[in-house]
Amino acid sequence: MDAQIMVVSVKAIMISGRTLGQGAACEAKMSPDYFREASSCSLSQADLRGLGISPGENLEVTSEHGSVILAPQEDRGLDPGIIFIPMGPWANCLVGPDTSGCGTPQYKGVHVEVKVTTFPVLAIRELFGRFGRTRT
Amino acid sequence: MIHEDVICSFCGCLCDDIRVETNDEGIVKVKGACRLGSSKILGHGPGHGRISKPMIRQDGELVEVGYQEAYDRAASILKAAKRPLLYGWASTVCEAHEEGVLLAEEIGAVIDSTATVCHGPSVIGVEEKGLAGATLGQVKNRADLILFWGCNPAEAHPRHMRRYSSNSTGRFTPEGRKGRTVVVIDVRETRTARLADRFIRIDPGTDYQVISALRLILAGKAEILGDEVCGLPKGMLVDLVDILKKARFGAIFFGLGLTHSRGRYKNIDCALSLTAELNAHTKFMIMPMRGHYNVAGIGQVMAWEGGYPMSVDYSRGAPYFNPGETAACDLLARREADAALIIASDPASNFPRSIVEALAEIPVIQIDPYENPTTLLADVVIPCAIAGVEVEGTAYRMDGLPLRMRKVIESDYPSDEEILKEIRESARRLGDDH
Repeated sequence: MDAQIMVVSVKAIMISGRTLGQGAACEAKMSPDYFREASSCSLSQADLRGLGISPGENLEVTSEHGSVILAPQEDRGLDPGIIFIPMGPWANCLVGPDTSGCGTPQYKGVHVEVKVTTFPVLAIRELFGRFGRTRT
Repeated sequence: MIHEDVICSFCGCLCDDIRVETNDEGIVKVKGACRLGSSKILGHGPGHGRISKPMIRQDGELVEVGYQEAYDRAASILKAAKRPLLYGWASTVCEAHEEGVLLAEEIGAVIDSTATVCHGPSVIGVEEKGLAGATLGQVKNRADLILFWGCNPAEAHPRHMRRYSSNSTGRFTPEGRKGRTVVVIDVRETRTARLADRFIRIDPGTDYQVISALRLILAGKAEILGDEVCGLPKGMLVDLVDILKKARFGAIFFGLGLTHSRGRYKNIDCALSLTAELNAHTKFMIMPMRGHYNVAGIGQVMAWEGGYPMSVDYSRGAPYFNPGETAACDLLARREADAALIIASDPASNFPRSIVEALAEIPVIQIDPYENPTTLLADVVIPCAIAGVEVEGTAYRMDGLPLRMRKVIESDYPSDEEILKEIRESARRLGDDH
């Protein structure tokens, strides 16, 4: 289990949104393309270095609403302390249900904690696996 | 066969200059569309995750059935429900929307669109404040200042800048990009920000304060502000107001950076107010960057049918609208909806996880061309033709312009409109005693 012990964790603000790759694959959500495009997260170079991530490792991102494992990427357009996740089911593991009375959840500006993990990113069927339907 | 001037059915730009080549096999080439549009138009054939037959869940497994059996099961689920929800609608045409409203009336359902997880706060903001609008044609031909706030058209609406805004060439804008000033305000340096003349990076969740500061400066009350506003030097904002005031025709485009962040519809209210106030100095317009190609259309149809643009509750016998109460996420989070018909959308992917858990607890009917995570939760799955590629119909561009979507290829699948009509007729046959 030592391999899963966190070395460093970073507190960040999560922003989710459209990317070109996610959009191009969004009509084929069960495809490997969509998995690759939507199950990653982007951080600044400074945050990635601070986490001391090694090749092959992933990031576990946790908010008060849930937790998800994502493949890391560097984005030079991000300030330290911000993590960007393409919109979709992986990002939405971190989003809460409250709509502040206007019908829309807060998909951007979610406080999260990020740490390194060796656990793999869940594929889309695994992500929804525990919603197995039994009703006829 | 070559089809000229096909309208793209991906995003709210509704680009109407696409060239599509078809043969007996299907669509073989798409020219002129962006990566998003090409993938949508080309992704119609087998091998792209198309659902082949209607299915009903039996003993936990989806089992293929005939269309009539699927229609009857869907009608039976909806009639048995006390609080049915009809949700989605963004990626289909207005003819299907009309059928959806009729079905909602027939069974006393709540009908809601994907706007509620997208630009719903913009809809509410516009109802609060009104909208100083214009068409994309006016922007192309006249705007000399473009402000993108919390949006990233380079990735979400890839042809917007070239066709309609920063890089377009029009009657009074012959120099195109060279003759325009482009400003981007965002929490991250996006691809769009890298193309701007001026990029202002703000902290997440500070949009309302920054817009309010701009309004104060515009009103001549800059002295009230401190030296910094949410970490931005006051001088930077004073300069920006100066740039805005000097424009001949300014256009503000905003995205989910405003609607999905802290403040939500109040951010929009504030941005609409800024735009109205700028019109005391020069000509300014503001427009939400609508995402799916006909999310604007479902708002139009619901408004002309029932008086409200989203989240409309027909259970009382007359339309009732109160987002926060009748929006899909709220209904599900309260465990109030007890059956859902999902069409032209994928809430299992796009709702927060705990709301997806609530959706998984109730019977779900899905109408969609493709398998997606909502299929994994569905009890009845009805495959349809792809509106805007295999079915013609009306869609509304992000500026409210209705356009006629073309059918470029034949399909054996029924349209969304036909499926909804069949479900409604089946529900009617079940009568009130069900």
